[in-house]
Amino acid sequence: MNYDPFVIPFCAGVIILAITLVYRYLYWIFTLSKADKFKFLKGIFSFRIFKAGKEVFLESLLHRKIFKINPLLGYMHMSFALGWLLLIIGGSIESKIHSHRPFNAPYEPIFFKFFNHDISSYAWANEFQFLMDLLLLFVLSGVMLALIKRIYSRMFGMKKTTRLKLGDWLAMMTLWFIFPLRFLAESFTSGMYHNGGFLTGSAGTFFASFLPLQNLSYMTWWAYSFALGIFFIALPYSRYMHIFTEVVLIILRNFGIKNCKVYNSFSAIEVHSCSRCGICLDKCQLLKAARIKDTQSVYFLQSIRYKNVREEKAFDCLLCGRCQEYCPVGINLNNIRISKRVELATGNHNFEYLSPVVEKTAPVIYFAGCMTHLTPSIKIAMESILKASGTEYLFLDKDGSICCGRPLMTAGEILKAHKLIEKNTKLIKESGAKTLVTSCPICLKVFKEDYLLNIEVLHHSQYILRLQQEGKIQLNKMPVSSAYHDPCELGRGSLVYNEPRELLNSATEFQEINQSLKKSLCCGNSLGGLELNSVQRDLIRIHALSKLEKNNPDVIVTACPLCKKTFARDSKSEVKDIAEITWLSMQNSVKHKLAEEVALQN
Amino acid sequence: MINFGYTLSKDRQIDFDKADRRIALFVREHEPSFNICFACGTCTATCSAGNFTEMNLRKIMTMVKRGYVADVRKEIEQCMLCGKCSLACPRGVNTRNVIRKINQALELYAL
Amino acid sequence: MSNKRVIVIGGGIAGMESSANLAAMGHEVTLFEKTNQLGGHLLGWEKLFPTMRLGKDVIEFLEKGVNLSKVNVVKNADIVDARKNGKTFNVKLADGKTYESDAVIVATGYDVFDARKKEEYGYGIYNNVITSAELEEMFLSGKPLVNSQGKTPKKIGMVHCVGSRDEKVGNVYCSKVCCVTAVKQSIEIKEKIPDAEIYCYYMDLRMFGMHFETLYKQAQEKHAVNFIRGRLSESCENMDGSILVKVEDTLAGRPMRMSVDMLVLMVGIVPSEGTKKIGAMLGLNFGPNGFFKCQDQHTMTTVSNVPGVFFAGCCMAPRTINNVFADSRAAALMTANYLAEYEIEKRITQN
Repeated sequence: MNYDPFVIPFCAGVIILAITLVYRYLYWIFTLSKADKFKFLKGIFSFRIFKAGKEVFLESLLHRKIFKINPLLGYMHMSFALGWLLLIIGGSIESKIHSHRPFNAPYEPIFFKFFNHDISSYAWANEFQFLMDLLLLFVLSGVMLALIKRIYSRMFGMKKTTRLKLGDWLAMMTLWFIFPLRFLAESFTSGMYHNGGFLTGSAGTFFASFLPLQNLSYMTWWAYSFALGIFFIALPYSRYMHIFTEVVLIILRNFGIKNCKVYNSFSAIEVHSCSRCGICLDKCQLLKAARIKDTQSVYFLQSIRYKNVREEKAFDCLLCGRCQEYCPVGINLNNIRISKRVELATGNHNFEYLSPVVEKTAPVIYFAGCMTHLTPSIKIAMESILKASGTEYLFLDKDGSICCGRPLMTAGEILKAHKLIEKNTKLIKESGAKTLVTSCPICLKVFKEDYLLNIEVLHHSQYILRLQQEGKIQLNKMPVSSAYHDPCELGRGSLVYNEPRELLNSATEFQEINQSLKKSLCCGNSLGGLELNSVQRDLIRIHALSKLEKNNPDVIVTACPLCKKTFARDSKSEVKDIAEITWLSMQNSVKHKLAEEVALQN
Repeated sequence: MINFGYTLSKDRQIDFDKADRRIALFVREHEPSFNICFACGTCTATCSAGNFTEMNLRKIMTMVKRGYVADVRKEIEQCMLCGKCSLACPRGVNTRNVIRKINQALELYAL
Repeated sequence: MSNKRVIVIGGGIAGMESSANLAAMGHEVTLFEKTNQLGGHLLGWEKLFPTMRLGKDVIEFLEKGVNLSKVNVVKNADIVDARKNGKTFNVKLADGKTYESDAVIVATGYDVFDARKKEEYGYGIYNNVITSAELEEMFLSGKPLVNSQGKTPKKIGMVHCVGSRDEKVGNVYCSKVCCVTAVKQSIEIKEKIPDAEIYCYYMDLRMFGMHFETLYKQAQEKHAVNFIRGRLSESCENMDGSILVKVEDTLAGRPMRMSVDMLVLMVGIVPSEGTKKIGAMLGLNFGPNGFFKCQDQHTMTTVSNVPGVFFAGCCMAPRTINNVFADSRAAALMTANYLAEYEIEKRITQN
């Protein structure tokens, strides 16, 4: 077996890293909840492991999601991940073929060129030379791009890139040094023994012409080994922990384990999977509009990892979900933010005074929601639509509601929220309804996710669309141009995108804006942003409104009473809810029908 | 005022010189919009909990400012944090955060 | 149009601005001021609401107007007689000089309410009770703000509606400017003593003008001034010289007592002695509150019951400075029209 003292740093690094990782991952997996542990065991012995493998390949290696955001950025991430992995695999195969042994020391493939100067002595030698050099060039191009990104991130489609802490800078530097050092080491050795490929060989010859390679080459191998060793030791404490943790995360996710609003070991795995790529920065409206630079997910997850979460940063996030939508690792950032709020929750509750009684039973319940009471035209429109369609319904919170509980949830007060959920669930059960229709997306989200109702829960746009499809109501196209605002809790939050659009297409001349669907902007008045002051909210609102008003629509349509109240403040166009538009359109139908009848009679 | 050692009936007067203003100062520091409330009462009027109980946010905020926190805790526990008060406030007071901060201060000073 | 003579009585803002405008039109204007300095009450104000600009800038503006138009200014003028003879007005001073004119503008201004009449607030009795005018003079002097014992006050109370909206002292009207002055002075005190606590005791906060609400919000937000809705019933003195205040905190629904190191009374605006004197001499009508009565509240606000006599400024009602400027220019115009024999009576519909 080949050996030289310079491999010691590398080996030490690998051993320490392996021990640390195994310990960490076993700890996290063992501290999962019982249900989650069961899912894990079930998953290992199922076909899901292949699905997980596929996702690992596509996301951790090829970085498909990042490619979608920006090809150059994707290439850069991919070159490190895929290139390095292939170098390791290629090197392993090469060294096994060369030594005719199935197992050899782990450092053999890494330092292959140092130990083996005769490149004609094994099968496929030339092909390997070419391949290894090509892969090295691949990774080096990535290193170059990474360097450029630090200086000029706009080239990669990123206006802002992550501000790194000292520890991350050191880890990054060692990572950047690894491949140039490998290149130099292999080139110097090739310059002496001519065992290089197209890259290392030619470079070696070049260096041999003016450098004292005998002295230098051994030094560079030591440097290469040290770079690797230091990197591996630093890895679990830096952003590069994501390299391995991401894989664990993908596997667990494919086994059906999800994160929840309380911080547990799955959340910890998610936090350590963050590569600090910084893609979430540009997407955050607090950065874009309100100039808050230190609360974005990347910094927040960092503060969790290093145990210095600041209360203000936990509570100023709008929970709009835009960062979550773009995160290449698929971390559920909203839940992690809420989990920290849960830890800072205060106060007792006293909801004993709530002892509501249902006045009648009906197949459909209409729950307007607290905010809808401050935008009465929405509830009036809804009631008119329900009556016109002949639906038998119970207006559950006609005289004022017990809050659905989500505002308490987003503030981290989960225990209090569950008290309200208990009371409301009792009411809903007593009413005997099979369908729950609500006007407020905030209520919708909590009804679907946290209440354990076994009845159908719909947003009013979904219910109205159903009424239209069943022929119970008729919409007529009005000659007005409209733009639609996807509320955060309805769009990204509950994945209801199409129903309002279908209605709008029937009722108006609908035109999609750029920042729509999952890219839509938050109105700024989210209940999640507890620590935001009115100036910051103003900035966010004005920014979002400017995008909506870009094409000068006659009316801006939204599906959330809070968004409606927020935009109506200083919009140039009129702002209406989808229910109001529907009702107007229905009345238009009536007018049309009457007009037709009058025409027929004449 | 001199304490003669007896009173006919309990004194309802707020003695502001003896007021415990710690909670007010805590909230003032952490949620600056607490200062700009001009006590119009719109928050109380729209309150969801106010439908069922005597929860009166305007009064709670005033009493906190005057240092009278004895009854504040019981009343403020009834808040559902629904947010209608914040939406209705004409001055832009972040009432939800004020309530949260009052709760924090009550815990901090073990009142 | 021949140049006529105009007498303007009172050298405050109204007198100076109306005389400057009339003189600029070419008339011969004589301005009488009973003290030896032009400027009136403006001389006693350091900063003006709502912009906090310096009062002396406005005085400079007024003086330039008076000087550029060559108004004939008579200071230390003690008027002993003023009457109308036919179409001419005759004014006699204490030193014997007499003057004649074809029109008169009365701009005799206001006095501040004598806070001693509100004995229960302790002005003139307790040393740490002062008026807003005295506070403003402290600002003007540039000396550090201290109470009567020479200490820096840590708690300061500002009492609104002293001498206004108060039947017991005979003034039922609102003096208009005191609320915003209280807010302004609170901000100024906080700027000088940042860790002082200020308490304004008010019945209503009359922030009627443009930017007044912004000033109010700034006082609350930036300077943490406390506003307590309730009217002071009385104050008394503690052993250490601080003032004990009794007020109802109406928003809390309970009476409250507290000690302050200094109590500032926002004194209101009352008709001046000059107003009473000149009004009697010229036979002018008075309104129910003691201010002059104009011929019509909406359409003839600067016109008196005596043809040729016009009003300008606070002798008519409490006014803000920008309103006094508008008022005095209006008075100048009405006077000029009168001198040009424009018969405004033709515009009045007889009922």
